[in-house]
Amino acid sequence: MQLAPPVIAAPSWLTLPVMVGGIVVAFWVVVALSVELWSPHPPLEMVARRLQPPSADHLLGTDALGRDVLSRTLHGARHSIPIAVIVVVVAVTLGALLGAGAGFFGGLVDGAIMRLVDVTLAFPPVLLAMAVAASLGPGLGNAAIAMIIVWWPVYARLMRAQVLEVKEREHVEAAIAGGAGRIRLLGIHILPLCWTPVLINATMDFGQVVLLAASLSFIGLGALPPTPEWGAMISDGAVHFYQWWIAFGPGLAILTVVLGFNFLGDGLRDYLDPRTA
Amino acid sequence: MATEPLLAIRDLRVTFATRTGPVEAVAGIDIDVEEGRVLGVVGESGSGKSVSMLGVLGLLPRSAVVTGSARFRGQELLGMAPQALQAIRGARIGMIFQDPLTALNPVLRVGEQIVEAIRIHRDVSRKAAMARAVELLDLVSIPQPRERVQQYPHEFSGGMRQRAMIAMAVANEPDLLIADEPTTALDVTVQAQILEVLEELRTRLGIGLILITHDLGVVAGTADAVAVMYAGRIVERGEVDAIFDEPRHPYTQGLLAALPKLDTGDAPLVGIEGRPPSLRDRPAGCAFHPRCSLAEARCRVERPVLRHLGSTWCACHLAEAADHLGDVPARHVMDGK
Repeated sequence: MQLAPPVIAAPSWLTLPVMVGGIVVAFWVVVALSVELWSPHPPLEMVARRLQPPSADHLLGTDALGRDVLSRTLHGARHSIPIAVIVVVVAVTLGALLGAGAGFFGGLVDGAIMRLVDVTLAFPPVLLAMAVAASLGPGLGNAAIAMIIVWWPVYARLMRAQVLEVKEREHVEAAIAGGAGRIRLLGIHILPLCWTPVLINATMDFGQVVLLAASLSFIGLGALPPTPEWGAMISDGAVHFYQWWIAFGPGLAILTVVLGFNFLGDGLRDYLDPRTA
Repeated sequence: MATEPLLAIRDLRVTFATRTGPVEAVAGIDIDVEEGRVLGVVGESGSGKSVSMLGVLGLLPRSAVVTGSARFRGQELLGMAPQALQAIRGARIGMIFQDPLTALNPVLRVGEQIVEAIRIHRDVSRKAAMARAVELLDLVSIPQPRERVQQYPHEFSGGMRQRAMIAMAVANEPDLLIADEPTTALDVTVQAQILEVLEELRTRLGIGLILITHDLGVVAGTADAVAVMYAGRIVERGEVDAIFDEPRHPYTQGLLAALPKLDTGDAPLVGIEGRPPSLRDRPAGCAFHPRCSLAEARCRVERPVLRHLGSTWCACHLAEAADHLGDVPARHVMDGK
């Protein structure tokens, strides 16, 4: 059978990965917002016998305490997605602000901020996050603070490089020749041209933050039991080698979220970055 | 002169501190611009013509040291507080840049950029400023200004962008406009239109104009006076007609001879032998002597100063002997007064 030609051509930015990524991310966002209303089982209650394999009633089986793995996985989105949003938004804001200041003012300001960045980036990110989280004590809030501390320097560096490049452009010189002051220069003529790489990086980093949050929880530095957090759930499942389904649910969730954000970020870069065709 | 000129530059020097030591890009120049008149500043790349103007406006990087004096309406610009200078830039002195493709903010609508330029210096409403932007685009002959203010720079052609730049530069009705190679990046036909726009602004608004260019053709058609720069110094200056009729400096003569002529058939193009000197080690004596076919012994040792000769000023030891320099008509040389 011959397919009819499409009536409406898809816009150029709507590639298959973008579509898949968008659907997956949208799915998890919707789940995070609404799972309370339709969850098959309460996530914290023992609803069946322990360590049951997947069945019609419990699609992903039950864990060591007889809790429904599917319900817990779905509820996990209520923790991972907001954490990712908070960490990325705060890290981007903080990093971009400091990086823009460093790039624009240069000199002592630049030196002070960038040395701080260098020091932070000298540690492996997971190790630093672990150290900070451990010193703050377990809990998702502290894990978020640890991740912000790890992440802002990336954006500071990105933003500084961008500002350094843009501030040498001729339209900035023209604006100075027109009598524009520093605030106007930065706010109108420099910053609006600096956001693209930051935006792309931030989209990609959503997935990374979800992953790191899960990692911290996995080693007990993030969510506290009985919170249905994906990393913590995998940690629970890791001791039950033959009950694969306990780790399978949250594992699949992390995989899809990270992949979804990466696809979206890639698509965004293809669309926004003039260097990629 | 009875009254002080609009802009009086005296002994302007610009020195850049570099890794390999100081480089003097501008080595003491004097320039006067009268109100409502056009001064063409001509020279090769690196002759210091742009740097001197940027230096006057305080637009050079910190590694540049600018000395001398630049009085604008009697007000000394060099050493002025940054805030005060900022209030003059764009308001009393407008500047137009060479490349209109990059000199406009790509993410801001053209109208908003002009609104910005106005609101930096004037406390007017956004709406009033936008009305003024439409007026300005009309003034620089952009068709359908009402629609055009809503467009982004990339929707403008090169010539229209340069007009928009000019509109921005004159938005606050400055007394002086500095145009740094305003037509270099444009097609010849568009060049003519831009020069027409500048000419009209000058007559309508009475703006003094400094036209920086390497194109003598542009100067001939537009300027009243001309200053020829070589290696950071002015080698000849005077009224355009006088200079074009009787160039006295061998460099000016070379530039004029190098202009392609349409009426001489396929005569080969004439150039000036050699290259402009490095500012790092400017030749002793006259900076032009290595390329000058007339150079004598004293040209290599003694630097010629700018002297009043007839109606023009020239920095050449052999200027009095200009009659022997080629196809220049014999001329009675007056003593400078």
